[in-house]
Amino acid sequence: MPDKPDRNAIEVVNVSKIFGSGEGQVAALDTVSVSIRENEFFTLLGPSGCGKTTLLRLIAGFDFPSAGEILLYGQDIAPLPPFKRPVNTVFQSYALFPHMTVADNIGFGLEMLGKPKAEITARVAQMLKLVKMEALSARRTSQISGGQQQRVALARALAPQPKVLLLDEPLSALDYKLRKEMQIELKRLQHETGITFIFVTHDQEEALTMSDRIAVMSAGKILQVGSPRDIYDRPAERFVADFIGETNFLKGTVVSKKSGVATVKLASGATVAAGFPENFDPSGAVTVVVRPEHADLTADVSKGTVVGTLANVVYFGTDTHYHVKLDGGDNFIVRYQNSRSGAVTFEQGAKVGIVFEDDGARILKD
Amino acid sequence: MADPRNVDIKDQPGFRTIAIICVAVLYVPILILMIFSFNTGSLVTHWEGVGLTWYGTALLNEEFHNAAENTLIISVSATIVSTICATLAAIGMTRVKPWRGLPAAFMVINLPLMVPEIITAVATLSFFALIAGVFGLNFGIGNLILAHTVFCIPFAYMPIRARLEDMDLTLESAAADLYATPWHTFRRITLPLLIPGIMSGAALAFIVSFDDFTITQLVAGPGQTTLPLYIWNQIRRPMTPEINAISTILLLVSILFVSVSFLIARRRAK
Repeated sequence: MPDKPDRNAIEVVNVSKIFGSGEGQVAALDTVSVSIRENEFFTLLGPSGCGKTTLLRLIAGFDFPSAGEILLYGQDIAPLPPFKRPVNTVFQSYALFPHMTVADNIGFGLEMLGKPKAEITARVAQMLKLVKMEALSARRTSQISGGQQQRVALARALAPQPKVLLLDEPLSALDYKLRKEMQIELKRLQHETGITFIFVTHDQEEALTMSDRIAVMSAGKILQVGSPRDIYDRPAERFVADFIGETNFLKGTVVSKKSGVATVKLASGATVAAGFPENFDPSGAVTVVVRPEHADLTADVSKGTVVGTLANVVYFGTDTHYHVKLDGGDNFIVRYQNSRSGAVTFEQGAKVGIVFEDDGARILKD
Repeated sequence: MADPRNVDIKDQPGFRTIAIICVAVLYVPILILMIFSFNTGSLVTHWEGVGLTWYGTALLNEEFHNAAENTLIISVSATIVSTICATLAAIGMTRVKPWRGLPAAFMVINLPLMVPEIITAVATLSFFALIAGVFGLNFGIGNLILAHTVFCIPFAYMPIRARLEDMDLTLESAAADLYATPWHTFRRITLPLLIPGIMSGAALAFIVSFDDFTITQLVAGPGQTTLPLYIWNQIRRPMTPEINAISTILLLVSILFVSVSFLIARRRAK
């Protein structure tokens, strides 16, 4: 939890970044504005090419915005070169200096800041302890494993006590188990150091498990900023719902609406009630989205919000996915977590009803 | 060898024969030259016995000493100056935003590799003659150092540039991110990682300067005899195995130098 939720560490104000010129110019960022709070674990999430890394590079100072301001605690840092910004970066490739030892790598930033030798030594020791690498301090960086390099890269970026730590997909090179471990490790480090983390990833699961808040980006714009639960349960746009987690899409037409809930007539003739975001006024042809775990199956077809035939049952270990072919032609997936008793059983090919409430169904902007 | 799955070029018919011919053509003459340096007789082509007689004669030879001294002064100076120029040029051409004149600049630096050496030699000679005539300037051995520096630059440039292009630019970004000014980034990151490239560039420049004949022959003034010129002068007289001994010494110096720089480069690259 942020200690001072009102204080912004970073404010990005109407920032654009245009690459190229003339015909071939591309807006990697298109008038983006976002505020990142002090002590927050903030994630920029989006598919590759959405501009998340560009935004990170602008904050780090490796690139300069074509327009707009980047404020660090109220001071515009956009024109400063990277070595004058009190922010540090953990690179995707780690970028450890191959001709230096682990300890020298970690001490490099402090040395460049002109700190006294004794202070550097003490701080390096503290950092080695923080990332549990004490035993390997004298090793060359080429003599340690990928996971260890990752820890050294983190320690190196944290050692100068930056006001903001930038992490550019730092876990993408690790294997699955190590990545899970480092996700928890990163959360711990953020908590212990109290430093604001800005984390860039294309992995929605990583974003959901680690972040205090997430900004979902697409095509150079930020589509939604919110807590993981906000983003997952109340996506603002169809892209967000589609990108994060699995979603069922149902096409239909709005027939009536009142106080945040609209009634939508689907292609099959069934009507469903669905909520919609505050700043959005649905009308005409719309898409209703339902998360697979927000719906239930019932053998009693008359109780179903929508009705279909169970086409496939896919077992995933922790849960089971029921693929239903709706009478209207759409596909719908219902997810159940597997319990020890394994209570839910439906036969493939059976007629089933799908039940969901208006708080589980949402109408979204396409 | 009969295994049809094996497409190793070593197993292709004729490979062995061609390889042996190539190695023989390359090294048999040198080997013969070296063997005859141990001849105790006074004729290059007539074997009389094994001994180090001619090495003794060579090492006591005043002219040989002078030539060796000149060669070292010229090669070492040309190596240092040309390697510095090449390093600066390589950095200037890899760590900048691409600009229109870049391919042209690359051409200019590498042109000396393509211009026939005798042309460069004649041009250099006329140039020095001109400035001597018009301005009365003669730099003595400096003329040779200048001439050597110029043709050594592209040789030094190539490996340095290759190394710079291979280097991960993120390392320099990381240094800048960790508060290193551009100068500190260069001193602490780029330069140490560039050392193997600079070493092999310098080694190449040294060897090229060390055995240059054509340009040196034309530009050298009186008393500026280098080792290749000395050997050339000797073989115009009746030849003794002293020449073989001197050549062998030169060869060993070259091999030693190249091996050392190769080993340093390999160790640093790890």
